[in-house]
Amino acid sequence: MNSLHLILRYFSASLRSQLQYPGSAVMLGIGAFLTTIIDMLAAWALFDRFGQVQGWSLGHIAVFYGVVSTSFALTDFFTRGFDVFGGEFVKTGAFDRILLRPRSPALQLVGYEFRLSRFGRLAQALLVLFVGAAVVGVEWSPDKVLLLAWTITGGVALFTGLLVLQASFAFWTTESLEVFNVLTYGGIQAAQFPLSLYAAWFRNFLIFVVPLGCVAYYPVLAILDQPDPLGAPDWWLPTAPAMGFVFLNLSFLAWRAGIRRYTSTGS
Amino acid sequence: MPQILVEDLAKTYRVAERDPGLLGAVKGLVHRRHRTVEALRDVSFCLEAGELLGFIGPNGAGKSTTIKILSGILKPDAGTVMVNGRVPFTDRIAHVSKIGVVFGQRTQLWWDLPVSEGFDLLADIYRVEPARYRANRDELVALLRLERVLDQPVRQLSLGQRMRAEIAAALLHEPDILFLDEPTIGLDAPSKLAVREVVRRLNRERGVTVLLTTHDMHDIEALAQRVIVIGHGQVLADSPFETLRANVLAERRLVIDFAHEAPEISMADVEIRSRQGQTLELAFDPARTPTPNLIAALAAAHEVVDIHVGEPAIEEVIARFYDLHGAGEA
Repeated sequence: MNSLHLILRYFSASLRSQLQYPGSAVMLGIGAFLTTIIDMLAAWALFDRFGQVQGWSLGHIAVFYGVVSTSFALTDFFTRGFDVFGGEFVKTGAFDRILLRPRSPALQLVGYEFRLSRFGRLAQALLVLFVGAAVVGVEWSPDKVLLLAWTITGGVALFTGLLVLQASFAFWTTESLEVFNVLTYGGIQAAQFPLSLYAAWFRNFLIFVVPLGCVAYYPVLAILDQPDPLGAPDWWLPTAPAMGFVFLNLSFLAWRAGIRRYTSTGS
Repeated sequence: MPQILVEDLAKTYRVAERDPGLLGAVKGLVHRRHRTVEALRDVSFCLEAGELLGFIGPNGAGKSTTIKILSGILKPDAGTVMVNGRVPFTDRIAHVSKIGVVFGQRTQLWWDLPVSEGFDLLADIYRVEPARYRANRDELVALLRLERVLDQPVRQLSLGQRMRAEIAAALLHEPDILFLDEPTIGLDAPSKLAVREVVRRLNRERGVTVLLTTHDMHDIEALAQRVIVIGHGQVLADSPFETLRANVLAERRLVIDFAHEAPEISMADVEIRSRQGQTLELAFDPARTPTPNLIAALAAAHEVVDIHVGEPAIEEVIARFYDLHGAGEA
Protein backbone atom coordinates (compact mmCIF):
# COMPACT_ATOMS: atom_id res chain seq x y z
CA MET A 1 0.00 0.00 0.00
CA ASN A 2 1.89 3.07 -1.17
CA SER A 3 1.40 6.58 0.14
CA LEU A 4 -0.78 7.85 -2.70
CA HIS A 5 -3.12 4.91 -2.36
CA LEU A 6 -3.32 5.50 1.39
CA ILE A 7 -4.17 9.17 0.86
CA LEU A 8 -7.03 8.15 -1.41
CA ARG A 9 -8.24 5.73 1.25
CA TYR A 10 -8.12 8.52 3.85
CA PHE A 11 -10.04 10.83 1.51
CA SER A 12 -12.74 8.29 0.81
CA ALA A 13 -13.14 7.71 4.55
CA SER A 14 -13.32 11.48 5.12
CA LEU A 15 -15.90 11.90 2.36
CA ARG A 16 -18.04 9.16 3.82
CA SER A 17 -18.00 10.76 7.25
CA GLN A 18 -18.91 14.16 5.75
CA LEU A 19 -21.70 12.60 3.73
CA GLN A 20 -23.35 11.57 6.97
CA TYR A 21 -24.50 15.17 6.90
CA PRO A 22 -24.91 15.78 3.15
CA GLY A 23 -26.96 18.96 3.61
CA SER A 24 -24.15 20.55 5.59
CA ALA A 25 -21.52 19.84 2.91
CA VAL A 26 -23.74 21.26 0.16
CA MET A 27 -24.61 24.40 2.11
CA LEU A 28 -20.97 25.02 3.02
CA GLY A 29 -20.03 24.60 -0.64
CA ILE A 30 -22.64 27.10 -1.80
CA GLY A 31 -21.60 29.45 0.99
CA ALA A 32 -17.95 29.29 -0.10
CA PHE A 33 -19.00 30.00 -3.69
CA LEU A 34 -21.04 33.05 -2.74
CA THR A 35 -18.59 34.58 -0.26
CA THR A 36 -15.70 34.34 -2.69
CA ILE A 37 -17.78 35.96 -5.43
CA ILE A 38 -17.67 39.07 -3.23
CA ASP A 39 -13.88 39.18 -3.78
CA MET A 40 -14.52 39.82 -7.45
CA LEU A 41 -17.31 42.31 -6.83
CA ALA A 42 -14.84 44.61 -5.07
CA ALA A 43 -12.49 44.52 -8.08
CA TRP A 44 -15.42 45.05 -10.43
CA ALA A 45 -16.51 48.15 -8.51
CA LEU A 46 -12.98 49.54 -8.75
CA PHE A 47 -12.66 49.02 -12.49
CA ASP A 48 -16.20 50.17 -13.17
CA ARG A 49 -15.10 53.52 -11.75
CA PHE A 50 -11.66 53.78 -13.40
CA GLY A 51 -11.94 51.49 -16.46
CA GLN A 52 -8.26 50.62 -16.54
CA VAL A 53 -5.34 50.80 -14.10
CA GLN A 54 -1.90 51.16 -15.72
CA GLY A 55 -3.21 49.38 -18.80
CA TRP A 56 -4.70 46.47 -16.88
CA SER A 57 -8.45 45.77 -17.30
CA LEU A 58 -10.88 43.88 -15.13
CA GLY A 59 -10.43 40.83 -17.42
CA HIS A 60 -6.69 40.74 -16.64
CA ILE A 61 -7.36 41.05 -12.92
CA ALA A 62 -9.83 38.17 -13.20
CA VAL A 63 -7.14 35.94 -14.70
CA PHE A 64 -4.57 36.85 -11.99
CA TYR A 65 -7.18 36.30 -9.32
CA GLY A 66 -8.54 33.09 -10.88
CA VAL A 67 -5.10 31.46 -11.07
CA VAL A 68 -4.07 32.20 -7.50
CA SER A 69 -7.52 31.44 -6.13
CA THR A 70 -7.67 28.09 -7.95
CA SER A 71 -4.31 27.16 -6.40
CA PHE A 72 -5.56 28.06 -2.96
CA ALA A 73 -8.89 26.27 -3.40
CA LEU A 74 -7.08 23.07 -4.42
CA THR A 75 -4.70 23.40 -1.45
CA ASP A 76 -7.63 23.95 0.87
CA PHE A 77 -9.07 20.53 0.02
CA PHE A 78 -6.30 18.59 1.72
CA THR A 79 -4.50 20.91 4.18
CA ARG A 80 -7.13 21.12 6.91
CA GLY A 81 -4.95 19.00 9.20
CA PHE A 82 -2.17 21.60 9.02
CA ASP A 83 -4.58 24.50 9.43
CA VAL A 84 -5.99 23.21 12.73
CA PHE A 85 -2.73 21.57 13.79
CA GLY A 86 -1.99 23.65 16.91
CA GLY A 87 -5.37 23.40 18.56
CA GLU A 88 -6.31 19.93 17.42
CA PHE A 89 -2.99 18.09 17.59
CA VAL A 90 -0.32 19.85 19.66
CA LYS A 91 -2.46 21.27 22.42
CA THR A 92 -4.50 18.09 22.87
CA GLY A 93 -1.53 15.76 22.51
CA ALA A 94 -3.25 14.04 19.57
CA PHE A 95 0.05 14.35 17.72
CA ASP A 96 1.21 11.44 19.90
CA ARG A 97 -1.19 9.22 18.01
CA ILE A 98 0.27 10.41 14.70
CA LEU A 99 3.74 9.47 15.93
CA LEU A 100 2.47 6.06 17.02
CA ARG A 101 1.59 5.10 13.45
CA PRO A 102 4.16 3.80 10.99
CA ARG A 103 3.62 6.53 8.41
CA SER A 104 5.03 10.00 7.87
CA PRO A 105 3.28 12.61 10.03
CA ALA A 106 2.73 14.96 7.07
CA LEU A 107 0.97 12.23 5.11
CA GLN A 108 -1.30 11.48 8.05
CA LEU A 109 -2.20 15.16 8.37
CA VAL A 110 -3.07 15.36 4.69
CA GLY A 111 -5.37 12.42 5.35
CA TYR A 112 -7.01 14.19 8.29
CA GLU A 113 -9.79 15.66 6.19
CA PHE A 114 -10.74 16.11 2.57
CA ARG A 115 -12.89 19.21 2.58
CA LEU A 116 -15.77 18.56 0.26
CA SER A 117 -17.19 22.05 0.80
CA ARG A 118 -14.16 23.56 -0.97
CA PHE A 119 -15.73 22.68 -4.30
CA GLY A 120 -17.64 25.96 -4.00
CA ARG A 121 -14.44 27.98 -3.82
CA LEU A 122 -12.84 25.99 -6.65
CA ALA A 123 -15.87 26.43 -8.90
CA GLN A 124 -15.85 30.19 -8.29
CA ALA A 125 -12.09 30.44 -8.96
CA LEU A 126 -12.26 28.48 -12.23
CA LEU A 127 -15.29 30.44 -13.37
CA VAL A 128 -13.54 33.77 -12.78
CA LEU A 129 -10.35 32.48 -14.43
CA PHE A 130 -11.98 31.30 -17.66
CA VAL A 131 -14.44 34.17 -17.99
CA GLY A 132 -11.56 36.63 -17.51
CA ALA A 133 -9.42 34.76 -20.05
CA ALA A 134 -12.27 34.84 -22.59
CA VAL A 135 -12.80 38.58 -22.08
CA VAL A 136 -9.13 39.42 -22.73
CA GLY A 137 -9.02 36.89 -25.59
CA VAL A 138 -6.59 34.22 -24.36
CA GLU A 139 -6.31 31.41 -26.89
CA TRP A 140 -5.90 28.09 -25.07
CA SER A 141 -3.17 26.34 -27.04
CA PRO A 142 -1.77 23.08 -25.56
CA ASP A 143 1.32 25.04 -24.43
CA LYS A 144 -0.82 27.45 -22.48
CA VAL A 145 -2.92 24.74 -20.90
CA LEU A 146 0.30 23.08 -19.72
CA LEU A 147 1.67 26.38 -18.47
CA LEU A 148 -1.57 27.00 -16.58
CA ALA A 149 -1.39 23.54 -14.98
CA TRP A 150 2.25 24.10 -14.02
CA THR A 151 1.43 27.52 -12.57
CA ILE A 152 -1.40 26.13 -10.47
CA THR A 153 0.81 23.26 -9.28
CA GLY A 154 3.45 25.75 -8.16
CA GLY A 155 0.72 27.73 -6.40
CA VAL A 156 -0.53 24.64 -4.60
CA ALA A 157 3.07 23.96 -3.48
CA LEU A 158 3.40 27.52 -2.17
CA PHE A 159 0.10 27.54 -0.26
CA THR A 160 0.84 24.07 1.12
CA GLY A 161 4.21 25.44 2.23
CA LEU A 162 2.48 28.30 4.04
CA LEU A 163 0.18 25.88 5.86
CA VAL A 164 3.06 23.57 6.76
CA LEU A 165 4.93 26.59 8.10
CA GLN A 166 1.88 27.66 10.10
CA ALA A 167 1.65 24.16 11.58
CA SER A 168 5.39 24.11 12.32
CA PHE A 169 5.10 27.26 14.42
CA ALA A 170 2.42 25.54 16.48
CA PHE A 171 5.08 23.19 17.89
CA TRP A 172 6.38 26.24 19.74
CA THR A 173 3.21 28.21 20.34
CA THR A 174 0.78 25.25 20.76
CA GLU A 175 -1.86 27.46 19.16
CA SER A 176 -2.65 27.72 15.48
CA LEU A 177 -1.44 31.17 14.52
CA GLU A 178 -4.31 33.04 12.94
CA VAL A 179 -1.78 35.58 11.74
CA PHE A 180 -0.95 33.19 8.90
CA ASN A 181 -4.35 33.91 7.41
CA VAL A 182 -2.92 37.30 6.51
CA LEU A 183 -0.48 35.47 4.25
CA THR A 184 -2.99 33.04 2.72
CA TYR A 185 -6.23 35.00 2.36
CA GLY A 186 -4.42 38.31 2.25
CA GLY A 187 -1.99 36.84 -0.27
CA ILE A 188 -4.83 36.03 -2.64
CA GLN A 189 -6.09 39.61 -2.36
CA ALA A 190 -2.61 40.96 -3.04
CA ALA A 191 -1.79 38.55 -5.86
CA GLN A 192 -4.95 39.31 -7.81
CA PHE A 193 -3.46 42.65 -8.84
CA PRO A 194 -0.34 42.82 -11.03
CA LEU A 195 2.85 43.30 -9.02
CA SER A 196 3.71 46.31 -11.12
CA LEU A 197 1.03 48.25 -9.23
CA TYR A 198 2.79 47.85 -5.87
CA ALA A 199 5.55 49.73 -4.11
CA ALA A 200 8.99 48.14 -4.43
CA TRP A 201 9.21 46.81 -0.85
CA PHE A 202 5.86 45.04 -1.13
CA ARG A 203 6.77 43.71 -4.56
CA ASN A 204 9.98 42.30 -3.18
CA PHE A 205 8.09 40.70 -0.33
CA LEU A 206 5.82 38.94 -2.83
CA ILE A 207 8.80 37.76 -4.88
CA PHE A 208 11.49 36.89 -2.35
CA VAL A 209 9.80 36.25 1.00
CA VAL A 210 6.42 34.73 0.24
CA PRO A 211 6.79 34.23 -3.51
CA LEU A 212 3.12 34.63 -4.46
CA GLY A 213 4.20 36.73 -7.43
CA CYS A 214 6.11 33.74 -8.79
CA VAL A 215 3.02 31.54 -8.88
CA ALA A 216 0.66 34.18 -10.22
CA TYR A 217 2.08 37.41 -11.65
CA TYR A 218 5.01 36.12 -13.75
CA PRO A 219 3.45 32.98 -15.28
CA VAL A 220 0.14 34.76 -15.88
CA LEU A 221 2.05 37.40 -17.89
CA ALA A 222 3.26 34.51 -20.06
CA ILE A 223 -0.29 33.20 -20.41
CA LEU A 224 -1.46 36.69 -21.41
CA ASP A 225 1.49 37.03 -23.85
CA GLN A 226 2.63 40.19 -22.12
CA PRO A 227 6.22 41.13 -21.33
CA ASP A 228 6.97 42.10 -17.73
CA PRO A 229 6.57 45.87 -17.43
CA LEU A 230 9.22 45.69 -14.69
CA GLY A 231 11.70 44.05 -17.05
CA ALA A 232 12.05 40.45 -15.88
CA PRO A 233 13.51 38.32 -18.72
CA ASP A 234 11.03 36.29 -20.81
CA TRP A 235 12.51 32.91 -19.80
CA TRP A 236 11.82 33.68 -16.15
CA LEU A 237 8.06 34.14 -16.57
CA PRO A 238 7.17 30.44 -17.11
CA THR A 239 9.99 29.26 -14.80
CA ALA A 240 8.90 31.26 -11.77
CA PRO A 241 6.30 28.75 -10.39
CA ALA A 242 9.25 26.53 -9.36
CA MET A 243 9.67 28.96 -6.46
CA GLY A 244 6.54 27.45 -4.95
CA PHE A 245 8.39 24.16 -4.59
CA VAL A 246 11.45 25.86 -3.14
CA PHE A 247 9.21 27.47 -0.53
CA LEU A 248 7.53 24.13 0.24
CA ASN A 249 10.89 22.46 0.81
CA LEU A 250 12.03 25.22 3.14
CA SER A 251 8.78 24.87 5.08
CA PHE A 252 9.46 21.20 5.59
CA LEU A 253 12.80 22.09 7.21
CA ALA A 254 10.84 24.02 9.83
CA TRP A 255 8.35 21.14 10.11
CA ARG A 256 11.09 18.63 10.84
CA ALA A 257 12.67 20.95 13.40
CA GLY A 258 9.23 21.21 15.04
CA ILE A 259 8.88 17.43 15.25
CA ARG A 260 12.34 17.19 16.81
CA ARG A 261 11.28 19.72 19.39
CA TYR A 262 8.05 17.85 20.11
CA THR A 263 9.83 14.54 20.66
CA SER A 264 12.32 16.13 23.01
CA THR A 265 9.90 18.19 25.09
CA GLY A 266 6.57 16.36 24.87
CA SER A 267 3.37 18.27 24.41
CA MET B 1 18.24 -9.87 25.64
CA PRO B 2 14.92 -8.98 27.31
CA GLN B 3 12.16 -7.64 25.07
CA ILE B 4 12.13 -4.32 26.88
CA LEU B 5 15.29 -3.02 28.46
CA VAL B 6 15.36 0.29 30.31
CA GLU B 7 18.49 1.52 32.03
CA ASP B 8 19.12 4.69 34.02
CA LEU B 9 16.42 6.60 32.22
CA ALA B 10 16.25 10.32 32.97
CA LYS B 11 13.97 13.02 31.62
CA THR B 12 13.60 16.63 32.63
CA TYR B 13 10.97 18.98 31.27
CA ARG B 14 11.30 22.72 31.06
CA VAL B 15 7.97 24.22 31.85
CA ALA B 16 7.35 27.82 30.85
CA GLU B 17 5.88 29.83 33.69
CA ARG B 18 3.86 32.90 33.11
CA ASP B 19 1.86 35.31 35.15
CA PRO B 20 -1.89 35.02 34.85
CA GLY B 21 -3.92 37.29 32.60
CA LEU B 22 -3.29 39.10 29.36
CA LEU B 23 -0.38 41.10 30.73
CA GLY B 24 1.26 37.85 31.83
CA ALA B 25 0.82 36.39 28.35
CA VAL B 26 2.47 39.42 26.78
CA LYS B 27 5.31 39.35 29.30
CA GLY B 28 5.73 35.67 28.56
CA LEU B 29 6.38 36.43 24.91
CA VAL B 30 9.18 38.80 25.71
CA HIS B 31 10.81 37.14 28.66
CA ARG B 32 10.14 33.55 29.49
CA ARG B 33 10.81 32.09 32.87
CA HIS B 34 11.30 28.37 33.07
CA ARG B 35 10.99 25.88 35.83
CA THR B 36 12.55 22.44 35.40
CA VAL B 37 10.54 19.40 36.35
CA GLU B 38 12.35 16.14 36.85
CA ALA B 39 9.93 13.59 35.40
CA LEU B 40 12.28 10.61 35.51
CA ARG B 41 15.40 10.49 37.60
CA ASP B 42 16.80 7.02 37.32
CA VAL B 43 14.48 4.33 36.03
CA SER B 44 15.70 0.83 35.20
CA PHE B 45 13.79 -2.37 34.57
CA CYS B 46 13.45 -5.13 32.02
CA LEU B 47 10.58 -7.12 30.70
CA GLU B 48 10.69 -10.52 29.02
CA ALA B 49 8.42 -11.43 26.12
CA GLY B 50 5.03 -12.65 27.34
CA GLU B 51 5.09 -10.86 30.71
CA LEU B 52 2.17 -8.85 32.02
CA LEU B 53 3.43 -5.91 34.02
CA GLY B 54 1.38 -3.47 36.06
CA PHE B 55 2.81 0.01 36.23
CA ILE B 56 1.43 2.09 39.08
CA GLY B 57 2.18 5.31 40.86
CA PRO B 58 0.49 8.54 41.86
CA ASN B 59 -0.30 11.20 39.25
CA GLY B 60 2.84 12.95 38.12
CA ALA B 61 5.07 10.06 39.17
CA GLY B 62 6.49 9.48 35.68
CA LYS B 63 4.31 6.65 34.35
CA SER B 64 3.18 8.46 31.22
CA THR B 65 6.65 9.75 30.51
CA THR B 66 8.00 6.21 30.66
CA ILE B 67 5.25 4.91 28.34
CA LYS B 68 5.91 7.76 25.92
CA ILE B 69 9.61 6.97 25.82
CA LEU B 70 8.97 3.25 25.37
CA SER B 71 6.57 3.92 22.53
CA GLY B 72 8.97 6.24 20.70
CA ILE B 73 7.06 9.50 21.11
CA LEU B 74 9.56 11.06 23.47
CA LYS B 75 13.34 11.11 23.62
CA PRO B 76 14.95 10.64 27.06
CA ASP B 77 17.70 13.00 28.24
CA ALA B 78 19.87 10.13 29.40
CA GLY B 79 19.79 6.38 29.70
CA THR B 80 19.25 3.40 27.44
CA VAL B 81 16.00 2.09 25.99
CA MET B 82 15.79 -0.99 23.79
CA VAL B 83 12.51 -2.52 22.70
CA ASN B 84 12.65 -5.61 20.47
CA GLY B 85 16.32 -4.77 19.98
CA ARG B 86 15.55 -1.30 18.64
CA VAL B 87 15.89 2.19 20.06
CA PRO B 88 12.27 3.42 19.86
CA PHE B 89 12.80 7.09 19.03
CA THR B 90 15.56 6.66 16.44
CA ASP B 91 13.82 3.86 14.59
CA ARG B 92 10.28 5.13 14.98
CA ILE B 93 8.52 3.62 11.97
CA ALA B 94 9.93 0.12 12.42
CA HIS B 95 9.31 0.32 16.16
CA VAL B 96 5.68 1.47 16.07
CA SER B 97 4.69 -1.18 13.55
CA LYS B 98 5.38 -3.77 16.24
CA ILE B 99 3.62 -2.18 19.20
CA GLY B 100 0.00 -1.42 20.05
CA VAL B 101 -0.97 1.48 22.28
CA VAL B 102 -4.33 2.19 23.90
CA PHE B 103 -4.89 5.43 25.77
CA GLY B 104 -7.98 5.14 27.95
CA GLN B 105 -8.82 8.81 27.49
CA ARG B 106 -8.21 9.24 23.78
CA THR B 107 -9.59 7.47 20.76
CA GLN B 108 -7.55 6.16 17.88
CA LEU B 109 -10.64 5.45 15.79
CA TRP B 110 -12.48 7.89 13.56
CA TRP B 111 -15.36 9.48 15.40
CA ASP B 112 -17.79 9.65 12.46
CA LEU B 113 -16.83 6.38 10.78
CA PRO B 114 -18.32 2.97 11.54
CA VAL B 115 -15.97 0.79 13.58
CA SER B 116 -15.37 -1.62 10.69
CA GLU B 117 -14.27 1.19 8.34
CA GLY B 118 -11.87 2.49 10.95
CA PHE B 119 -10.39 -0.99 11.18
CA ASP B 120 -10.03 -1.15 7.37
CA LEU B 121 -8.21 2.16 7.37
CA LEU B 122 -5.86 1.07 10.16
CA ALA B 123 -5.03 -2.09 8.23
CA ASP B 124 -3.96 0.11 5.31
CA ILE B 125 -1.99 2.46 7.56
CA TYR B 126 -0.11 -0.48 9.10
CA ARG B 127 0.24 -2.28 5.74
CA VAL B 128 -1.41 -5.44 7.04
CA GLU B 129 -1.74 -8.00 4.29
CA PRO B 130 -5.47 -8.39 3.42
CA ALA B 131 -5.80 -12.11 4.24
CA ARG B 132 -4.04 -11.69 7.59
CA TYR B 133 -6.08 -8.62 8.33
CA ARG B 134 -9.37 -10.42 7.78
CA ALA B 135 -8.27 -13.33 9.97
CA ASN B 136 -7.08 -10.99 12.77
CA ARG B 137 -10.15 -8.82 12.57
CA ASP B 138 -12.56 -11.76 12.73
CA GLU B 139 -10.70 -13.26 15.67
CA LEU B 140 -10.63 -9.96 17.57
CA VAL B 141 -14.25 -9.20 16.82
CA ALA B 142 -15.24 -12.57 18.28
CA LEU B 143 -12.90 -12.24 21.26
CA LEU B 144 -14.07 -8.72 22.11
CA ARG B 145 -17.71 -9.37 21.19
CA LEU B 146 -17.84 -6.51 18.71
CA GLU B 147 -20.22 -8.07 16.16
CA ARG B 148 -23.09 -5.80 17.10
CA VAL B 149 -21.17 -2.53 17.00
CA LEU B 150 -19.14 -3.00 13.80
CA ASP B 151 -21.53 -0.96 11.67
CA GLN B 152 -22.04 1.84 14.18
CA PRO B 153 -20.15 5.13 14.05
CA VAL B 154 -17.68 5.35 16.92
CA ARG B 155 -19.42 8.39 18.40
CA GLN B 156 -22.52 6.26 19.09
CA LEU B 157 -20.70 3.61 21.14
CA SER B 158 -20.87 3.39 24.90
CA LEU B 159 -17.56 3.88 26.67
CA GLY B 160 -17.26 0.15 27.33
CA GLN B 161 -17.96 -0.73 23.70
CA ARG B 162 -15.54 1.90 22.55
CA MET B 163 -12.77 0.64 24.80
CA ARG B 164 -13.20 -2.89 23.45
CA ALA B 165 -13.08 -1.50 19.91
CA GLU B 166 -9.94 0.48 20.82
CA ILE B 167 -8.20 -2.64 22.07
CA ALA B 168 -9.10 -4.50 18.88
CA ALA B 169 -7.85 -1.53 16.82
CA ALA B 170 -4.51 -1.65 18.63
CA LEU B 171 -4.06 -5.34 17.80
CA LEU B 172 -5.01 -5.57 14.11
CA HIS B 173 -1.35 -5.40 13.08
CA GLU B 174 -0.33 -8.18 15.49
CA PRO B 175 1.97 -6.20 17.77
CA ASP B 176 4.29 -8.11 20.12
CA ILE B 177 3.79 -5.56 22.86
CA LEU B 178 0.63 -3.84 24.03
CA PHE B 179 0.78 -0.65 26.09
CA LEU B 180 -2.44 0.05 27.94
CA ASP B 181 -2.66 3.45 29.58
CA GLU B 182 -5.57 3.41 32.04
CA PRO B 183 -7.76 1.13 29.90
CA THR B 184 -10.55 0.83 32.47
CA ILE B 185 -10.91 4.48 33.40
CA GLY B 186 -14.57 5.51 33.54
CA LEU B 187 -15.91 2.06 32.65
CA ASP B 188 -18.83 0.40 34.41
CA ALA B 189 -18.20 -2.85 36.30
CA PRO B 190 -19.18 -5.34 33.56
CA SER B 191 -17.05 -3.48 31.00
CA LYS B 192 -14.09 -3.48 33.37
CA LEU B 193 -14.41 -7.22 33.82
CA ALA B 194 -14.67 -7.71 30.05
CA VAL B 195 -11.55 -5.61 29.39
CA ARG B 196 -9.59 -7.51 32.05
CA GLU B 197 -10.70 -10.83 30.63
CA VAL B 198 -9.59 -9.84 27.15
CA VAL B 199 -6.22 -8.57 28.30
CA ARG B 200 -5.65 -11.78 30.24
CA ARG B 201 -6.52 -13.93 27.23
CA LEU B 202 -4.35 -11.92 24.85
CA ASN B 203 -1.46 -12.36 27.21
CA ARG B 204 -1.99 -16.06 27.94
CA GLU B 205 -3.19 -17.30 24.58
CA ARG B 206 -1.39 -15.06 22.14
CA GLY B 207 1.69 -14.38 24.24
CA VAL B 208 1.36 -10.60 23.83
CA THR B 209 3.57 -8.73 26.28
CA VAL B 210 1.41 -6.25 28.20
CA LEU B 211 2.46 -3.13 30.06
CA LEU B 212 -0.49 -1.65 31.89
CA THR B 213 -0.80 1.60 33.82
CA THR B 214 -3.82 2.10 36.00
CA HIS B 215 -5.18 3.72 39.10
CA ASP B 216 -7.67 0.91 39.54
CA MET B 217 -5.97 -1.54 41.86
CA HIS B 218 -8.44 -4.25 40.91
CA ASP B 219 -6.90 -4.21 37.43
CA ILE B 220 -3.58 -4.97 39.06
CA GLU B 221 -4.99 -7.63 41.33
CA ALA B 222 -6.80 -9.32 38.46
CA LEU B 223 -4.04 -9.13 35.88
CA ALA B 224 -0.52 -8.32 36.85
CA GLN B 225 1.97 -10.97 37.82
CA ARG B 226 4.46 -8.26 38.44
CA VAL B 227 4.09 -4.69 39.63
CA ILE B 228 6.41 -1.74 39.29
CA VAL B 229 5.63 1.17 41.58
CA ILE B 230 7.02 4.45 40.37
CA GLY B 231 7.22 7.65 42.38
CA HIS B 232 9.30 10.83 42.14
CA GLY B 233 10.65 9.57 38.83
CA GLN B 234 12.17 6.46 40.39
CA VAL B 235 11.29 2.79 40.64
CA LEU B 236 10.21 2.30 44.26
CA ALA B 237 9.32 -1.38 44.00
CA ASP B 238 9.49 -4.09 41.36
CA SER B 239 8.03 -7.37 42.54
CA PRO B 240 5.02 -9.71 42.38
CA PHE B 241 2.07 -7.98 43.99
CA GLU B 242 1.84 -10.49 46.86
CA THR B 243 5.42 -9.74 47.82
CA LEU B 244 4.60 -6.05 47.88
CA ARG B 245 1.59 -6.69 50.06
CA ALA B 246 3.60 -8.87 52.46
CA ASN B 247 6.32 -6.25 52.81
CA VAL B 248 4.07 -3.25 53.15
CA LEU B 249 0.98 -4.29 54.98
CA ALA B 250 1.17 -7.84 56.26
CA GLU B 251 -1.79 -7.38 58.58
CA ARG B 252 -5.02 -9.34 58.49
CA ARG B 253 -8.53 -8.11 59.09
CA LEU B 254 -11.06 -9.86 61.27
CA VAL B 255 -14.73 -8.89 61.06
CA ILE B 256 -16.86 -10.28 63.90
CA ASP B 257 -20.64 -10.12 64.36
CA PHE B 258 -21.61 -10.43 68.00
CA ALA B 259 -24.99 -11.53 69.32
CA HIS B 260 -25.21 -8.30 71.35
CA GLU B 261 -23.68 -4.86 71.29
CA ALA B 262 -20.01 -5.19 70.24
CA PRO B 263 -17.87 -5.36 73.41
CA GLU B 264 -14.80 -3.34 74.35
CA ILE B 265 -11.71 -5.35 73.56
CA SER B 266 -8.20 -4.61 74.66
CA MET B 267 -5.62 -7.09 73.48
CA ALA B 268 -1.93 -6.50 72.75
CA ASP B 269 -1.17 -5.98 69.03
CA VAL B 270 -4.84 -5.94 68.03
CA GLU B 271 -6.29 -2.69 66.76
CA ILE B 272 -9.97 -1.84 66.45
CA ARG B 273 -10.49 -0.47 62.95
CA SER B 274 -14.20 0.16 63.15
CA ARG B 275 -17.23 -0.45 65.33
CA GLN B 276 -20.79 -0.55 64.07
CA GLY B 277 -23.57 -1.80 66.32
CA GLN B 278 -22.88 -5.48 66.81
CA THR B 279 -19.94 -5.61 64.39
CA LEU B 280 -16.26 -5.02 65.01
CA GLU B 281 -13.42 -4.87 62.51
CA LEU B 282 -10.02 -5.73 63.98
CA ALA B 283 -6.55 -5.44 62.43
CA PHE B 284 -3.74 -7.68 63.61
CA ASP B 285 -0.38 -9.09 62.56
CA PRO B 286 -0.70 -12.88 62.12
CA ALA B 287 2.98 -13.34 62.89
CA ARG B 288 2.48 -11.99 66.43
CA THR B 289 -1.14 -12.94 67.03
CA PRO B 290 -1.94 -16.24 65.28
CA THR B 291 -5.43 -16.08 63.77
CA PRO B 292 -6.80 -19.24 65.49
CA ASN B 293 -5.70 -17.91 68.90
CA LEU B 294 -7.44 -14.60 68.34
CA ILE B 295 -10.66 -16.25 67.22
CA ALA B 296 -10.59 -18.72 70.11
CA ALA B 297 -10.05 -15.95 72.65
CA LEU B 298 -12.93 -13.89 71.27
CA ALA B 299 -15.32 -16.85 71.02
CA ALA B 300 -14.53 -17.88 74.58
CA ALA B 301 -15.25 -14.45 76.05
CA HIS B 302 -18.26 -13.36 73.95
CA GLU B 303 -21.22 -14.74 72.08
CA VAL B 304 -20.10 -14.65 68.42
CA VAL B 305 -22.52 -14.96 65.48
CA ASP B 306 -20.22 -14.79 62.46
CA ILE B 307 -16.54 -14.33 61.65
CA HIS B 308 -14.81 -13.25 58.48
CA VAL B 309 -11.02 -13.10 57.98
CA GLY B 310 -9.64 -10.93 55.20
CA GLU B 311 -6.72 -8.89 53.97
CA PRO B 312 -6.58 -5.13 53.66
CA ALA B 313 -7.93 -3.77 50.38
CA ILE B 314 -5.32 -3.32 47.69
CA GLU B 315 -5.92 0.44 47.69
CA GLU B 316 -4.87 0.53 51.34
CA VAL B 317 -1.70 -1.40 50.56
CA ILE B 318 -0.74 1.01 47.83
CA ALA B 319 -1.68 4.10 49.83
CA ARG B 320 0.45 2.85 52.71
CA PHE B 321 3.29 2.17 50.31
CA TYR B 322 3.14 5.71 48.90
CA ASP B 323 3.13 7.07 52.45
CA LEU B 324 6.17 5.04 53.41
CA HIS B 325 8.06 6.46 50.46
CA GLY B 326 6.70 9.98 50.76
CA ALA B 327 5.38 9.53 47.25
CA GLY B 328 1.95 11.09 47.60
CA GLU B 329 0.56 12.98 44.68
CA ALA B 330 3.22 15.29 43.31
